[in-house]
Amino acid sequence: MAWFILIMAGMLICAAMAVVAKRLLVSAIWLAIASALLALLIYLLGAPELAVIELSVGAGLVTVLFVFAISIAGEEGHIHQSLLPKWLAGIVIAVSVGLIGWLCLPDLGFEMPQLVPTRLSTVLWELRGADVILQVILIFAGVLGVLGLLSGEQSTISKEPDA
Amino acid sequence: MTLSLVSLTFIAVIGLLAIGLYALLVVHNLIKVVVALQILAKGAILGFILAGRINGQIGLAESLALTVIIVDTIVAVIGLSLAVQIRHHMGTLDVSALTRLRR
Repeated sequence: MAWFILIMAGMLICAAMAVVAKRLLVSAIWLAIASALLALLIYLLGAPELAVIELSVGAGLVTVLFVFAISIAGEEGHIHQSLLPKWLAGIVIAVSVGLIGWLCLPDLGFEMPQLVPTRLSTVLWELRGADVILQVILIFAGVLGVLGLLSGEQSTISKEPDA
Repeated sequence: MTLSLVSLTFIAVIGLLAIGLYALLVVHNLIKVVVALQILAKGAILGFILAGRINGQIGLAESLALTVIIVDTIVAVIGLSLAVQIRHHMGTLDVSALTRLRR
């Protein structure tokens, strides 16, 4: 239980640091740490297969993509005024979080039920076969997206003049 | 008041969603926007796992969360490649500087 709270707090702090970090590369690394801690949390909740996938995809592949994109696009130097003032965004988020917590938390006081182990492979391949086809199509779309990421170098030649 | 494991996980879900939404509201850099979307998707994944654990259908929740993981990776790929292309064509990553009318 204490470990659970520690990992949870660490994950939330890492996610917040990823948002407030000034440099993009630092932000990507905080996101990777948050992802790894989320994988640990998922493992503790009793879904080890998904924890492995989250660890390898969320902390591995996505971080590589971020570092690659940042190295192509470069860091942005100056910081602008935000569209919405920060205090207003903070109030909006605090009010909605407070409302959700006030409505839902009293009903969630019960203990976690006993884990009923089911195999992910059985559910995925026998009950939700259409999902697998969808995932294959999505991965194909992702490959096309990576082509867009890679072609960033050549497109500088055909840069149109500013109107 | 002592918190159960269920309410603790729920607090984590709400915390992740709140951080992601706040980031979407205040962040200006296009790559930071993708980071915010990633944090939001993490909240959704944890919410799926919590719901499956309460229902006793953890396998179903895992298979749905797997789809969410794949979708949010693809969103990251497309978003980052859009950011790279915008950087090359407009010379900036700032969302508010992207309009051509004000310049």
